[in-house]
Amino acid sequence: MSSPNSAYPDTPETRTKPKRHEWPLWEVFIRGQHGMSHRHVGSLHAPDEEMAIKNARDVYTRRNEGVSIWVVEARHIAASSPSEKGPLYEPSESKVYRHPTFFDIPDEVGAM
Amino acid sequence: MAQVDQAQLFEFLCRMGDNTLVLGHRVSEWCGLAPVLEEDIALANTALDLIGQTQMWLGLAGEVEGKGRSADDLAMLRDVWDFRNVLLVEQPNGDFGQTMMRQFLFDAWHLAVLTALAESSNDRIAAIAAKAVKEVQYHVERSGDTVIGLGDGTSESHQRMQKALNLLWPYVGEMFVTDAVDDAMAKAGIAPDLATLRAAFDTHVGGILTEATLTIPDGKFTHKGGKTGFQHSEHLGHMLTQMQWLQRAYPGATW
Repeated sequence: MSSPNSAYPDTPETRTKPKRHEWPLWEVFIRGQHGMSHRHVGSLHAPDEEMAIKNARDVYTRRNEGVSIWVVEARHIAASSPSEKGPLYEPSESKVYRHPTFFDIPDEVGAM
Repeated sequence: MAQVDQAQLFEFLCRMGDNTLVLGHRVSEWCGLAPVLEEDIALANTALDLIGQTQMWLGLAGEVEGKGRSADDLAMLRDVWDFRNVLLVEQPNGDFGQTMMRQFLFDAWHLAVLTALAESSNDRIAAIAAKAVKEVQYHVERSGDTVIGLGDGTSESHQRMQKALNLLWPYVGEMFVTDAVDDAMAKAGIAPDLATLRAAFDTHVGGILTEATLTIPDGKFTHKGGKTGFQHSEHLGHMLTQMQWLQRAYPGATW
């Protein structure tokens, strides 16, 4: 969790080479023309948040993909650990009753 | 539409289009070579914006000239003495800082001119300017931020940006020098009187350079001869050998 790439906890940190003086990594979220949600589209490097938004504009919205950009420094993202995926996610596999598929939907309701 | 000498209008449109063509090509020379991936893509975007504007300016120039020359013909088949760009944009890229300084000085002028041209008495010119000005607003914001970031950065980056400013500042004056073509355009309400744009340019550029902890060099000397075609620097001819080689080697080649 404390590695500089906490958004990518499964990427091993190499300690052999001295760290290069690099711009921090930012995760980019774009809201498209349709829908309200911002979706993660990738990451990039930038010296500060203003340049991160500008770089995101240039790297990820060249083909008119978005109407809004969020950026967050990758180190501020806390991520679940892939090694814990058994206890975290497998228990829900056997709980079909959590899916709302056991109800009869009246015809008047239409498509849901 | 105001009456104006068509030869002078053609000259004016070539100046606009040649500025964006030559700078667009210069900036495209960074493609694949910029210091970081993000800047590489941003520079390529800027270059493409400028080439797109060139198509509009030189396309209209060809129509006004009425000799059947297309934007491509004007861009690829004229020789160096027929180009009408200012000397600033043909200067070599140098290091990344020098490229960004050249970009910022041009962008600040370009924004002021396009903003005024959006109110042109010529509808076609107003429409081109209205489209281009949105792109250039972003260009100047980006180049200005980079000039501040590098100028007020490390001692190495500061020193390089000051060197770039010292080198390029004497090319700024030419962008505001007027001649008979400019006077005719201003009189017809087609283009602004360039001299009236200088004060706002100085305020804008001065503010950014102060924030970048850079000092504008003393002296009033200004290089000129690009926009009139009187005398380009040696660099433009070299650039054209790269830019135009395909049409020269294979005349009429298309995709």
